[in-house]
Amino acid sequence: MIKVIELKRTITDSNDRDAASLRRELTERGIFLLNLMSAPGSGKTTLLSRTITDLAGKARIGVMEADIASDVDALRINALGAESIQVHTDGMCHMDAGMTRNGLAGFGSESEIVFLENIGNLICPAEFDTGAHRNVMILSLPEGDDKPLKYPLMFQKCDALIITKMDAAPYFNFDLDAAKRRVLALNPQIRIFPLSAKTGEGMEAWENWLLQEWEKQKHA
Amino acid sequence: MHELGIVKHVIKTLHDVANENNVRHIGSVTLEVGEVSGVVLDQLVDCWNYFREKDALVKGAPLFVEKIPAVTFCTACENKYDTVAHGKTCPACGSTETYLIQGNEFSIKQIEAEVNEDA
Repeated sequence: MIKVIELKRTITDSNDRDAASLRRELTERGIFLLNLMSAPGSGKTTLLSRTITDLAGKARIGVMEADIASDVDALRINALGAESIQVHTDGMCHMDAGMTRNGLAGFGSESEIVFLENIGNLICPAEFDTGAHRNVMILSLPEGDDKPLKYPLMFQKCDALIITKMDAAPYFNFDLDAAKRRVLALNPQIRIFPLSAKTGEGMEAWENWLLQEWEKQKHA
Repeated sequence: MHELGIVKHVIKTLHDVANENNVRHIGSVTLEVGEVSGVVLDQLVDCWNYFREKDALVKGAPLFVEKIPAVTFCTACENKYDTVAHGKTCPACGSTETYLIQGNEFSIKQIEAEVNEDA
């Protein structure tokens, strides 16, 4: 028998449900997962390295590196003594909840906060819920203050925006006030942290936010 | 390759639907795709035609796509206008206090399904 079934299901429907259940499981296991997204070369690994070092003794941080290929980023994190796992997406442009779950299975019970370093790309990762508790985006100063106009969805989805490489400000025409205004127009709730992982300027505000959100999650 | 991932997600959702409805085989799939959803339709269909042959549930099933035009609403003058032609700025009053009311959809509208008789 052939029949027509009306669905009206969004394409991300099965992923959304998978992500919601992963989020609950992680909460029960006591893992705080953050999905970190940015364009390639924005300084994700450098930011994480500095954060891991600064928060040593306060939080045990693990990193799941998602890349299309290679393990250079995971080796940098490993060198700091932090738990890290390399996930390959085999050509896929984003991580989904299923891939995140498989990657997390490789972590021991050591890490309390886990960062998922998503594929360097500002389009697809914004559309697929990974099951993370918070979404964080990095915009590096050389990319320009007009990025929010080009990739609005990414800015709308994130809880925090980190503007990296602020030490390079004298060499670029980056208007910080204009960037903030554009981001806040898209997402009035977002927290914005301009910083330099190289000089350490602004790191404390970001790290305090991270610890606060972790604390909130423990009591959620 | 964004469309490859999308097709994999569509097929996964179809498997969920098949399990819930006792579907043996899917004869065709109809999607609703908004004009500004960011999907390249030619690539989407190419990926579909490749993947459907690898999956018994959707083997040979054609993919139909219904396009939904993008429309933006202006909160200043309450005008509705064509998003692709004018972007974020209202052509009637010049305001940028506008938002998209349709055009970013991406959903599976319906399927033709062969259902097991003993259901």
